[in-house]
Amino acid sequence: MNSKSANVGIVIVSHSPLVAEGTADMVRQMVGDGVPLAWAGGNADGGLGTNAASILAAIERAWSDAGVAVFVDLGGAETNSEMAIEMLGQARSGRVVICNAPLVEGAVMAAAEASGGAALARVVATAEELSP
Amino acid sequence: MPANAALIGGLIEACHQAIAANADHLSELDRAIGDGDHGTNMRRGFEAVYAERDRLAHLPLPKALEEIGLTLVMSIGGAAGPLYGTLLMEIGRQMAGDADFARVLERAIDAVARRGRAGAGDKTLLDVLYPVHAEVVRRAGLTGIADEAERAASLTFGMKAMRGRAGFLGERSIGHIDPGAKSCALLTAAICRFLEEQGPA
Repeated sequence: MNSKSANVGIVIVSHSPLVAEGTADMVRQMVGDGVPLAWAGGNADGGLGTNAASILAAIERAWSDAGVAVFVDLGGAETNSEMAIEMLGQARSGRVVICNAPLVEGAVMAAAEASGGAALARVVATAEELSP
Repeated sequence: MPANAALIGGLIEACHQAIAANADHLSELDRAIGDGDHGTNMRRGFEAVYAERDRLAHLPLPKALEEIGLTLVMSIGGAAGPLYGTLLMEIGRQMAGDADFARVLERAIDAVARRGRAGAGDKTLLDVLYPVHAEVVRRAGLTGIADEAERAASLTFGMKAMRGRAGFLGERSIGHIDPGAKSCALLTAAICRFLEEQGPA
């Protein structure tokens, strides 16, 4: 539904749906509706965990032709995100990047950058500057 | 029932049964060095596959394996979903173009290693997959492969975890069997047992 947005989209992936949704709330507070934004959290039973299907759906919701920056918490979140990105198909998978950045700070900083119309590489670099 | 359907249906049933019977044990192993959900995640995955068994059994074997892999990815979650899913999807894809199972398995295991960014000795399911592959290469019998899988899983007891949640524990991960290695050994043994019962391939 956001596919017409010119701004890079942001996806937040956490093992905890509460963390994912809370982080998304903080991003929204920062940038309003200026960037396509979606979150995925929890396993298929609603418990703690991550799963590729819900991450894939989140990427679709936050899709932008300018690209999507994905923020993850622990290991499985990253592995499942990689899997979800592959499932997008080759035409789109190259426009999605998993950022090596802290979840909350990374997502907020990236969204601020994205809301100004920055390109995907710039959005990702801004977030990754936070990581030592 | 056509032979292919009986084979696929039987393999699904054997794996589903192996996981259902051991899910609590797998979660217990995972509680020691991980987040404690490996058994429930695997059970959810194999229940999803089991629910689809009639449809899957009527596909050509490579396609069935690929779809089982996809179902596992979508339902197991955790790190195990992408790892087991990649293994099965890659076996299916490779099998479609290559009749040499040892080579098919080797490529699929390489894909799992890339997906998990892990190698031998990192205390993961790869520590079962590599020895199983070696047994397949030297044409060990089904019983030999199953025994080696179990032995290899028990050897993860002494390893230090380098990947996943267990990797955060460092030295404290030593002294526990890796749950992923254990589930991999259980599945390997279940598959070997089933194939043995089927008689000479």
